[in-house]
Amino acid sequence: MNWEPLILTFKLALVTTSILLVLSIPLAYWLAYTKSRLKPIIETLVSMPLVLPPTVLGFYFLIAFSPNNAFGNWLNEWLGIKLVFSFAGLVIVSIIYSLPFMVHPIQSGLSAIPPSLKEAAYVMGKSRYSTLVNVLLPNIRPSILTGIVLAFAHTVGEFGVVLMIGGNIPGQTKVASIAIYDEVEALNYSAANFYSAVLFVSSFCILLLVYLINGGYLKRFWK
Amino acid sequence: MIKIDIQKKLHAAHGEMILNLNLQIEQGELVAIYGPSGAGKTSTLKILSGLLNPDSGTLSVNNNLWFDNKQKINLKPQQRKVGYLFQDYALFPNMTVLQNLAFALSKNQDRSILNELIEMVELGELQHRKPNTLSGGQKQRVALARALVQRPQILLLDEPLSALDRKIRSKLQNYILSIHRKYYLTTILISHDIGEIHKLADKVILLEDGKISKQGTPTEIFINQKVSGKFKFTGEVLSIEKEDVVYIVTVLIQNQIVKVIAQSTEIEGFQIGDQVMVASKAFNPIIYKID
Repeated sequence: MNWEPLILTFKLALVTTSILLVLSIPLAYWLAYTKSRLKPIIETLVSMPLVLPPTVLGFYFLIAFSPNNAFGNWLNEWLGIKLVFSFAGLVIVSIIYSLPFMVHPIQSGLSAIPPSLKEAAYVMGKSRYSTLVNVLLPNIRPSILTGIVLAFAHTVGEFGVVLMIGGNIPGQTKVASIAIYDEVEALNYSAANFYSAVLFVSSFCILLLVYLINGGYLKRFWK
Repeated sequence: MIKIDIQKKLHAAHGEMILNLNLQIEQGELVAIYGPSGAGKTSTLKILSGLLNPDSGTLSVNNNLWFDNKQKINLKPQQRKVGYLFQDYALFPNMTVLQNLAFALSKNQDRSILNELIEMVELGELQHRKPNTLSGGQKQRVALARALVQRPQILLLDEPLSALDRKIRSKLQNYILSIHRKYYLTTILISHDIGEIHKLADKVILLEDGKISKQGTPTEIFINQKVSGKFKFTGEVLSIEKEDVVYIVTVLIQNQIVKVIAQSTEIEGFQIGDQVMVASKAFNPIIYKID
């Protein structure tokens, strides 16, 4: 059996989720507390991947990153980065595509914290950064966990956008969902079944773990 | 000394309201703010602590300017050094009692104050517990101790005792009073409880619709106008029952239920839910201390 597409899938999901976590905390913090008039626009942009067909995103990224266009050409010539049909390109598209799944839980977690906690920390002379790290984030752990898992799972399940911008290069961009499609096209059902079963079982286990942790079942079990 | 001369437009439940404060508070005074909900009491504390920015005016503490919109001075809450006790306690749920207090330490501050405060509010046995395992009165003591860790000169208390029962309330009032005296604090307290204000405050500020309508000692504000020797209470009619030739009216006064005998002519037009006044002249009430 060929494990390469599965390993690639989980590598992509891991890299994407890690970068997303770092990006989403400041973004969600800004969205949760800002009074700026730009807020609805930024919120809409973050939520766009929820409603757009993945092929639309993929199409525009393909156009933007293509070396035949100004931006893609600049990336290629000045930074030596080729984003079309490469792993780096997949990571960038996945980040945009899974952004709402990470930002939304963290944002609603932050909004649900009583404002007096933040105010109490400020009155004690704590900076915004110290308040975020020591007071706010530790109290929204379930939201952060939900965000991490949703973003991870969503990246694993990506298909259309990967197909558009990544193509089907083994070891580079051929992730499990593409491989399944490929094997079915070739009437190779046993291989397709293998990839599908692995994805099915691993997704079930990850989600189950989240519900167990957030529902407090594990704590009860240990006690 | 705190000098406040501040204006701020607030969006209250019944529309816009201008909070207009002009007052002076002496060092070491314990001042109570009394008034109906939505009069701007909490906003006053938030302006003092820097959590809410006024529209115009000046605020100075011991001749240091904390806010002046003309000179564009506005100290951040972090720079003001006030102790603030929030209505909902605002204890950090992820930290133990001791960690909550320790988090309030400023850089390089001596940790010995933690033990001093824990001893003072008798939290020794609870110091390794998380806030959600504590009772209301215990949470309040933690919050009070935490507000004092940075040795503030000004202590702001936002209805600190309103959620607690009478016995615990009286104990906490004693804590507040002894802390106020021991650290020579200037304390500003929001309270709805006239008894509490009498016990604690040197001065009362009556706040109505964003304006100070009266200020003075608790006796001047609450007692002088009401001394009449009469017993007079307002309450709500709960039921009217006919008993032989008289009627018995059950009235809810504050949270006490009282039965009053009335003639049929007296209760004409009474309906359940009506606001009524119960008064009595020329009798000797018995007064004695409870527990």
